[in-house]
Amino acid sequence: MKKIEIYKVLSNKQLTKDIYEMVLKGDGSWVTNPGQFINIKVTNKFLRRPISICDWSEASLTIVYKVVGEGTSWLSGLRVNDEVEALVGLGNGFTLDDKHLLLIGGGVGIPPLYGACKQLVKMGYKPTVILGFQSKDDEFYFEKFHELTDKLYVSTNDGSLGLKGFVNDVMVKNDLCDIPYLTCGPLPMLKAIYKTSTQNGQISLEERMGCGFGACMGCSIETKNGYKRICKEGPVLSSEELLWTKD
Amino acid sequence: MDKRLAVTLSGWELDNPVIPASGTYGFGYEFCEFYDINILGSIATKGTTLEPRFGNPTPRIAECEMGMINAVGLQNPGLEKVISEEFPKLQKVFNKKVVANISGFAIEEYVACAKAMDKQDIVGIIEVNISCPNVRHGGMSFGTDPQMAAKVTKAVKEVTSKPVYIKLSPNVTDIVAIAKACEEAGADGISMINTLLGARFDLKTGKPIIHNIMGGFSGPAIKPVALRMVYQVYEAVNIPIIGIGGIASAEDVIEMMYAGATAVQVGAANCADPYACQKIINNLPSLIDKLNIEKLEDIIGRAHR
Ligand SMILES: Cc1cc2nc3c(=O)[nH]c(=O)nc-3n(C[C@H](O)[C@H](O)[C@H](O)COP(=O)(O)OP(=O)(O)OC[C@H]3O[C@@H](n4cnc5c(N)ncnc54)[C@H](O)[C@@H]3O)c2cc1C
Ligand SMILES: Cc1cc2nc3c(=O)[nH]c(=O)nc-3n(C[C@H](O)[C@H](O)[C@H](O)COP(=O)(O)O)c2cc1C
Ligand code: FES
Repeated sequence: MKKIEIYKVLSNKQLTKDIYEMVLKGDGSWVTNPGQFINIKVTNKFLRRPISICDWSEASLTIVYKVVGEGTSWLSGLRVNDEVEALVGLGNGFTLDDKHLLLIGGGVGIPPLYGACKQLVKMGYKPTVILGFQSKDDEFYFEKFHELTDKLYVSTNDGSLGLKGFVNDVMVKNDLCDIPYLTCGPLPMLKAIYKTSTQNGQISLEERMGCGFGACMGCSIETKNGYKRICKEGPVLSSEELLWTKD
Repeated sequence: MDKRLAVTLSGWELDNPVIPASGTYGFGYEFCEFYDINILGSIATKGTTLEPRFGNPTPRIAECEMGMINAVGLQNPGLEKVISEEFPKLQKVFNKKVVANISGFAIEEYVACAKAMDKQDIVGIIEVNISCPNVRHGGMSFGTDPQMAAKVTKAVKEVTSKPVYIKLSPNVTDIVAIAKACEEAGADGISMINTLLGARFDLKTGKPIIHNIMGGFSGPAIKPVALRMVYQVYEAVNIPIIGIGGIASAEDVIEMMYAGATAVQVGAANCADPYACQKIINNLPSLIDKLNIEKLEDIIGRAHR
C-alpha cells in the first residue's frame, strides 16, 4: 500500500568513504518484495529521493545509500532520533522463486539484493551471490552476505579484492552463466550480465523520477511489452523485455 | 463540503477551485490510494493526442530550485484508448466532470480530439494545449502566434458545444495578444500558464540532464510569472481564467484568484507530495476565515479593484 510514513533514525552508519547504512524505525509491514523502494523527502529539495529497501522487519526498514549529491549528503548527516518522511509502498520488486537463484549486485545496486538473499534463504534456498566493487575500499556487506550463503563471489575492477575484473567475468569463470538471475547495478554491468548469461533475469533499473508513484510518466521507458514506468511497473523488469537502447 | 469554496466556470459549478493540472495527475486513479479524489473541484486529464504517443526518451525529469523540468513529451495512449479505457476507469472512482486536455500537431488533430471529447459525458471543459514546449514539431508554434492560436480556437469551437478553454504558453513576448486572439476566436476561457522552457546541466559531466536537452520548467518557482501573466490577461479579456503555475498551498490559490483566476490548477506540487491537492482543499476554509473572505467568488480579480 502506498502512503506517507514518518520514520525515526535508529542508526546511520558509514560503511565506506561514501556509502552509509541507515536503519529506520517505523512501518515495514507494507514491504511485499525485496527491490521495492521508498521516496524520501529531503529538506529544502523539491523532489523526493528514491532509495531501495535493503532489509526490513514489521517495525523497521534498512536502506544503504551512496552520497552522490545534496539529497544523499543531507541523509548522511541525519542523527539518531531524527525524523525521515518517506512515501512508501513503491515499485514491484523482485519475484522470488526456486529458479532465480543467482544474485548479482554492483556497488550501490547491492542493497536490494541483500533483502532478496535473506528472503531466499528463509524460503530454504541456497542462492549464489556475486558482488562487484571498484576496489577493496568500496566493499560493504560482504560479511552480511557471508552469514547467509557460502556461495559468495567478489570482483573488483582493480583486483584488490576477489577476482580482478567484472561480475560477468566471475560468471564465466565459475560456470554461472546458466542460472536465472536477479540483478541491480550500473547499466554497463547490467548489459554485460545480459550478454553473458544464457538465462533470463530480473533486472532492477533506475530512472530520474518526478512523482515516484505512477502519475507523471517521468520515468517511463519503452520495452518490448509497451511502455513501463520504472516507479510502478518497475523498478524490476525482465531481461527479455528490455530494448537496451540506452548506452 | 464548504459552500463558500464554490466557483463557476462557464456555467459549470465546481465545489471548489482546486483542479490537478494536466500531466501531473494521470487519469486520476493513481491518487485513489492516497485520498478520495471526489473532494477535488475537477481533474484536468493527461494531454491526449489523436495517435498514441510514447513521448521522449529518459531522462525526462530534472530537479530545480523549487521546481522541476519535465520532458515527458505528451506520453498518452491516444484518443481512442483514453475514451474507451481511461475515462471509464476514472468514472468508477470519480463522479464529477473533468477538464479534458487535448493536444495536436496539426489543426485536424485538435479537431478530431475535440469532436470525440464533445460526445463524452464525463467532459465538462475541453482544454486545448497549444503550448506544450516538449514536442519539436508541435505545440509551440500554435501557442506563440496569435493568428495560429485563433485558428485552432475557431476550428475546435466549430466541432463542440462544450466550453473550450485555450491553455497558453508563457514562452511568448506578449501573452495578452494571444489571449485576446483566442477570445475573439470564440474561446470560452483561458487556462494559463503552461511550463517555461528550461534546461539543466550535470556538474560532473557538463552534459544536459534531460535527454531532450530542454524541457518544461514548473513548480513554486514559476508562481510570480504565472501571477503576473494572469493579472495582465485578466485586464484584457472578459472570459474566465484558470490560473496555473506554482500553486502548492491554499495561500497560493487565494493569491492566484486575486490576480484574476476563477479556478486554479495544481501541477508539479502533485509530484512532490501526492496529498498536495487534499491539503490545499482542507486548508482553504480556515484561511478564508482568517482573511475575512465571505466566499471565494468574491475575490476573483480583487487585485484589479
Ligand atoms: C528505484 C530506485 C532505487 C534506488 N535505490 C538506491 C539505493 O538503494 N541506494 C542508493 O544509494 N541509491 C539508490 N538510487 C539512486 C538514488 O535515488 C540517487 O542516488 C539519489 O536520488 C541522488 O540524490 P542526490 O540529491 O544526492 O543527488 P543529486 O544529483 O543532487 O540529485 C538531483 C536529482 O537527480 C535525481 N537523481 C540523481 N541521481 C539519480 C539516480 N541514479 N537515479 C535516480 N535519480 C537520480 C535525484 O533524485 C534528484 O531529483 C535509486 C534510484 C532509483 C530510481
Ligand atoms: C510532468 C508534467 C507533465 C505535464 N503534461 C502536460 C500535458 O500533457 N498537457 C498540458 O497541457 N500541460 C502539461 N503539463 C503542464 C502543467 O499542466 C502545468 O501547466 C504546468 O506544470 C504549470 O503548473 P505547475 O507550476 O503547478 O506545475 C505538465 C507538467 C508536468 C510537471
Ligand atoms: S516518476 Fe512519475 S510516473 Fe514514475
